[in-house]
Amino acid sequence: MSTGYYQRRRDIHPPALTPDYKTSVARSPRLAPLSLDHGAGEVTGPVFTAADVDPGDNDLLTNYAREGQSPIGERILLHGRVLDENARPVPRTLIEIWQANASGRYRHRKDMYLGALDPNFGGCGRMLTDDSGYFAFRTVKPGAYPWRNRVNDWRPAHIHVSVFGAAFAQRLITQCYFEGDPLIPRCPIVATIPDAGAVDRLTARLDMNASVPLDMIAYRFDVVLRGRRQSIFEGQGA
Amino acid sequence: MTDDLGYLRESASQTAGPFVHIGLAPGAAGFDIYQRELGQDIAGPNAAGERIRVEGLVIDGTGSPVKDVMLEVWQANAAGHYAHPEGGGTVEEGFRGWGRVITDFDTGAWAFDTIKPGPIGEGHAPHLHLWIVARGINIGLNTRMYFSDDSVAHATDPVLNLIEWESRRPTLIATRSKGQGPAVYRFDIRLQGEGETVFFDI
Repeated sequence: MSTGYYQRRRDIHPPALTPDYKTSVARSPRLAPLSLDHGAGEVTGPVFTAADVDPGDNDLLTNYAREGQSPIGERILLHGRVLDENARPVPRTLIEIWQANASGRYRHRKDMYLGALDPNFGGCGRMLTDDSGYFAFRTVKPGAYPWRNRVNDWRPAHIHVSVFGAAFAQRLITQCYFEGDPLIPRCPIVATIPDAGAVDRLTARLDMNASVPLDMIAYRFDVVLRGRRQSIFEGQGA
Repeated sequence: MTDDLGYLRESASQTAGPFVHIGLAPGAAGFDIYQRELGQDIAGPNAAGERIRVEGLVIDGTGSPVKDVMLEVWQANAAGHYAHPEGGGTVEEGFRGWGRVITDFDTGAWAFDTIKPGPIGEGHAPHLHLWIVARGINIGLNTRMYFSDDSVAHATDPVLNLIEWESRRPTLIATRSKGQGPAVYRFDIRLQGEGETVFFDI
């Protein structure tokens, strides 16, 4: 029997049904999920290597910009570490991000918002964490934008973050918010999270020490994935 | 941020939203940015086993297809090995066993090509792991897909047998069609209501 990961804490994750986020109503299972001990398929997951990504994929200031040009917006460094619940770094794991541009518009054929597209901004980046779990992206701070939920709902500035970890049981997609944004407490998607501390941990902190003078301002954002049980005494009988 | 035992807490999930493709499958979003889009080839060219196609819909509680869903597939190879250091053995060169599946934005139909996995151990029935994210899904949904031609193995599979309601077990079994050419399995996932698919808290 493989050694599994800690049980997910449902008191910090959003439940499936969150009526103020209206789309969840018809897309949320009504029956209880079946809890599963972890077997081979849960403690394994895709392994990525440097061959899967290119070195410039994590630089959203240049990865879609025309030669010599750059996107419009507040230049930021978004950086941090991927850790597990045991406070150990998660090295060489794939982290992918996507976001709207500075005017709150996504480069997506289904985004019809009035905000302008930026010809020099794609809005996605990816990299592998280093041996200490560290990652860093250069980008522009995304704009807030309206969305169809209640008639005047606006998303706070946010960057979507997808992380794999070492096992399919650790797979996580979340969103990174920015310290001080007055839209955070007004957002029905943020409010799906039942725990104020958990929202706070999704809020990137202004990091003046990592800011580059006369260039860009830094925000620090750590991601925590599930921790794994220790194998001492595992499988030796009760 | 540690508790009094020194543990960190997992970051909370948030919906992948309607524009998940920008980050994870930019080609589907309508633009070309990366040299390699990940998750396009699950089995690779050298994998042993039967080549199959899986197709289906994700259906919401009103009976409508979910047109902006993204699925990730995770599976063993024909020998029952996952491409991972703890995967039980070696896999063929180029076999990753992982892929991303995007819907047709107009119809919600999705399909992917792979090989049929082998059982991961005695008494286990072959299956794929699926992880489903979309706008309106607050935390990715885990489920499994089994194969209709393995009914003997289904009787002993430890996970299928954990499902107390036998009437719900068929929600995890894809139906093999008998057409010409490579085998096609049909697997519709019902998020809610009658015939709701069994999801797992893994």
